[in-house]
Amino acid sequence: MTAHAFDTLRLGSLGRYTLPLLGLAALVVLAFAVGRFPVSVGDLYAATIGKLTGTSRPVPATVETVIYQVRGPRVLAALVVGAALAAAGAAYQGMFRNPLVSPDILGVSSGAALGAALAIFLSWGLIGIQALAFAGGLGAVTLVYAIGASLRGRDPLLTLILAGVVIGTLLGSCVSLLKYLADPYNQLPAITFWLLGSLASTSPADLAVVVPTVLLGLVPLVLLRWRMNLLTLPDDEARALGVETTRLRLAVVCAATLITAASVAISGIIGWIGLLVPHAARMLVGPGFARMLPMTMILGAGFMLGVDTLARTVATLEVPPGVLTAVLGTPLFLWLLAKSKRAW
Amino acid sequence: MELRAEALSYGYPGRIIGSDVEVALTAGEIVCVLGPNGGGKTTLFRTLLGLLPVQAGHIALGGRPLQDWSRRNVARVVGYVPQAHAAQFAFTVREIVLMGRTAHVGAFAAPSHRDRAAADTALATLGIGHLADRVYTEVSGGERQLTLIARALAQEAELLLLDEPTASLDFGNQLRVLDQLRALAERGIGVLFSTHDPDHAFLCAERVVMLRDGRILATGRPGEVITHDNLKRLYGVEVEVVTATLADGRASQLCVPGLAGLRTGSRPRPAPTWH
Repeated sequence: MTAHAFDTLRLGSLGRYTLPLLGLAALVVLAFAVGRFPVSVGDLYAATIGKLTGTSRPVPATVETVIYQVRGPRVLAALVVGAALAAAGAAYQGMFRNPLVSPDILGVSSGAALGAALAIFLSWGLIGIQALAFAGGLGAVTLVYAIGASLRGRDPLLTLILAGVVIGTLLGSCVSLLKYLADPYNQLPAITFWLLGSLASTSPADLAVVVPTVLLGLVPLVLLRWRMNLLTLPDDEARALGVETTRLRLAVVCAATLITAASVAISGIIGWIGLLVPHAARMLVGPGFARMLPMTMILGAGFMLGVDTLARTVATLEVPPGVLTAVLGTPLFLWLLAKSKRAW
Repeated sequence: MELRAEALSYGYPGRIIGSDVEVALTAGEIVCVLGPNGGGKTTLFRTLLGLLPVQAGHIALGGRPLQDWSRRNVARVVGYVPQAHAAQFAFTVREIVLMGRTAHVGAFAAPSHRDRAAADTALATLGIGHLADRVYTEVSGGERQLTLIARALAQEAELLLLDEPTASLDFGNQLRVLDQLRALAERGIGVLFSTHDPDHAFLCAERVVMLRDGRILATGRPGEVITHDNLKRLYGVEVEVVTATLADGRASQLCVPGLAGLRTGSRPRPAPTWH
């Protein structure tokens, strides 16, 4: 292949991201503009330029508060949580050689939820919530994987999913126990609202803790982007090709679980993104992880931002985004399933 | 480079599949493993690759114990071609072949132009360059098998272990694969492959290893080992080995099986169901 052909290939793959990125940018503008206090695009532009250049701003103070204090953190949180959950889903799917797993199906989300609920129950801060959510998520996925691996001779996919469902249910009842024991005046509402999944109360301080954690989990996935492809092969084959699969799998499961736990800690449980978005990304750019991961993150960020914007504008009362992702996700997934003829 | 197993017992703790196995493979030769289903061929291959721990005896690669080699270094010397399988994800044929470069690519790196060139060369060598951008899950079984061989070629290993590379292939593709094995040996690569057809050994192998119930029944040159008696002991069927004179005057040996006596004759005892 000539150098010229390679250049056009590169441009081609860059071009593939252009449209989704433009869509994402449009969604960000829309998310800032709409809501109970509408902000005109002109005001948004003036406020952004003003902030960037430090010049005098002809923007009312209320508009500025809405942009920087209310919607800014929330938009950023939606982008981060969406990209994180989608990236974690893509990593789990590749690692378990299975396009039907996701953080929620593998019990990671319920494990993280139990950890987070316990941290709220113990009145710990956000870092404590993240740490316990991570421990809970990692414990759950390890348990599910161990059950799947020890029950050999059966359909491995079915075993894995059933183990995830069973462990998820068990962890869910542990959460219920915590809620039953929690102080009904401040802990119980905190746990309940958090479990419903919402970005409404995200503060800049929350983001300052969560964003670095998500980035920390993303680093190994980005570094191992090419090696991840090898994990989709049968274990023997990957090892014969020179991969220490046990070590690689451990690194990937820790990274993906850290990402899930960090985002669960601010957003609560939001399902479907980790299952659905990697599918859409694979349909656009194929299963190669190096190209699929960025596309998954762009689409995940956009999906979550769109859902959250809908959640706060569609009715006078805020709809929990976790409910919306399920309502939107189910038909979308069925449509994908019916439409895709080729393998995942 | 030489891969040598001596007094090898292989299998799993508490369940030995084979024992007292001697196998050697050096550069440039073709060795064919024959044996009935469940005879332990795949498990032997996995053990020779270091994917399963040795139960007794030892395996040396390049004179050093195999267990002292890292996975990465083994992969630079020994390539493995499994039986073609269905993949879960729709990688292109080129992406699959590129995976053969793993041992040459840094842990945190992506394949370089050199790696891509090696993958394209491997595809061209096997005459499947036109499949490069096709999706692996959508090509035929024979093309998948050729893709996996191309992947092992891209690995630039000196020794290749192929587990029934001709199974699930049509007649023409079987011969094409055997021809490729011969071409590989001519380039100095040592080839160890298993097959269900003794004629394949006549066509391209220099040595035959007959494996039955995890024990070596016979080993040697195809003309010496592939006999009526050995085939009867190996498979429990009547096969006559004849020499045919071809149109160009060359002589060629081949197996002529007969169905007589199969229903009343002795059958080999049933193969273990787990393998």
